[in-house]
Amino acid sequence: MREKILNYIEKNSRVDLAELSVLLGMEQVDLANELEAMEKEGIICGYHTLIDWDKVTSERINALIEVRVTPQRGQGFDAIAERIYKYPEVEATYLISGGYDLLVTLEGKTLKEISNFVSSKLSTLDSVISTTTCFILKKYKDHGTIMKTKNEDERMIVTP
Amino acid sequence: MRNPLSDTIVNIKPSGIRKFFDIASERKDVISLGVGEPDFETPWHIRDEGIWSLEKGKTFYTSNSGLIELRREICNYLSRRINVEYKADSEVLITVGGSEAIDIGLRAMVNPGDEVLIPQPSYVSYEPCAILAGAKPVIIELKNENDFRLTKEELSEAITDKTKLLILPFPNNPTGAILERKELEDIARICVEKDIYVMSDEIYAELTYGNDHVSIASMPGMKERTILINGFSKAYAMTGWRLGYAAGPKAIIEQMRKIHQFAIMCAPTTSQYAAVEALRNGDKDVEMMRESYDQRRRFLMNAFKEMKLPCFEPYGAFYVFPCIKEFNMTSEEFALALLEDKNLAVVPGSAFGDSGEGFLRISYAYSIEKLRVAMGRLAEFITKLREKS
Repeated sequence: MREKILNYIEKNSRVDLAELSVLLGMEQVDLANELEAMEKEGIICGYHTLIDWDKVTSERINALIEVRVTPQRGQGFDAIAERIYKYPEVEATYLISGGYDLLVTLEGKTLKEISNFVSSKLSTLDSVISTTTCFILKKYKDHGTIMKTKNEDERMIVTP
Repeated sequence: MRNPLSDTIVNIKPSGIRKFFDIASERKDVISLGVGEPDFETPWHIRDEGIWSLEKGKTFYTSNSGLIELRREICNYLSRRINVEYKADSEVLITVGGSEAIDIGLRAMVNPGDEVLIPQPSYVSYEPCAILAGAKPVIIELKNENDFRLTKEELSEAITDKTKLLILPFPNNPTGAILERKELEDIARICVEKDIYVMSDEIYAELTYGNDHVSIASMPGMKERTILINGFSKAYAMTGWRLGYAAGPKAIIEQMRKIHQFAIMCAPTTSQYAAVEALRNGDKDVEMMRESYDQRRRFLMNAFKEMKLPCFEPYGAFYVFPCIKEFNMTSEEFALALLEDKNLAVVPGSAFGDSGEGFLRISYAYSIEKLRVAMGRLAEFITKLREKS
């Protein structure tokens, strides 16, 4: 049941409890309890809104930064990752297999803001060997959602 | 000038749906719950396989029976899902939608005067196809109090010594009714005893909510007297690809292939390549769509409960079939008034046979958002009707 709840709210967390309990065929109070339990257990970590900022006037810039680091004895990558993800401008931090170690995503208002962060904060950390900054030029699809406006219903109006 | 037309076809009533379609499509801003096809687009990996086949130049006829890879995948699928083993080379025929299989299946199996049992309400093409094949259609009127299931009593009563074939349309369009193992066992026993063949239209087999679909072909003694019809339209959201199939005894498939060969040649090649991919890697898509339909089904049943509109709980396809007898209108009058007044299109139950009179077919192949608005309109409409009376 948990998986069904999560699958639904992963795509639409805005649905009201009464309706969701109907859709999933469970009692509203059980649903509320499950949600609360999953929030407590840290399974549900937040309810966010997916926004296409390109359609809003305020400028936003997103960057992906590939970071190569020296892991530290006894702590591996965790300590350095923590030093990085604690910055509020860092949106996500992943440990990655392949040509580099950490993938850091950043959101800023201007190019300068992002380059300042990289040059003055990120690159100066002792364990950081190198960084490669990639700016996102266009978002086609994000969190499983295609950013283009959806097609109209193309089906005929009545069919057998 | 002589009359250019065939009396047989002229005497067949046009589909009641057609008439309703003409009225509904002239109006603007209609919310329609009248569609008998999935709202999902075909999953991308399946479309991609179709495109890839075109790029590679797979633009020729296939064999009359259809691509052997596809027939093999169908046999695997049937073995895995309904536990019946078919031979890919002789017991499967790929058709242009399930509808072609219904037509040529009837033509391959009946002689003039043979009686074909057709439970109704059901899909609109069985009766005309039976007539075109020269058979005499015998309608079994399914009842609301049985949740529109076919009972063994109803079946036994309809059988005469001329009965050749029973059409078994479950999960059912338009009612959403299903048959469960116990009921199928009873029906199978009667068919074996009375030596009757079955055309089992299982196009909605993947869309059941609760228990998995059971096929009558898996009952003892039934594989050799069942033509099973299925296809890709509903399970994989592939209506526009026009692809279905029939599986059954070699002797029947052979004659069906003959008609298919003369009339059609072969099913669309692009669609066949796409369908191979659907069967190989489409289970998760079906699962996702089924879950989504199930949520909408619950949503509608709850909405009916709130507006006190009686409706038996359907466990298959993507239709609900509420009863509107309390309003003293025919289902066509009700549907027309609903369309005029609230711009909401549903299909009158009577379009699927006389026993559908007093009911509406409401499709839930629509998003929850759309269903929410539609149910709001329906509730307003019936509240007004109740106030008037």
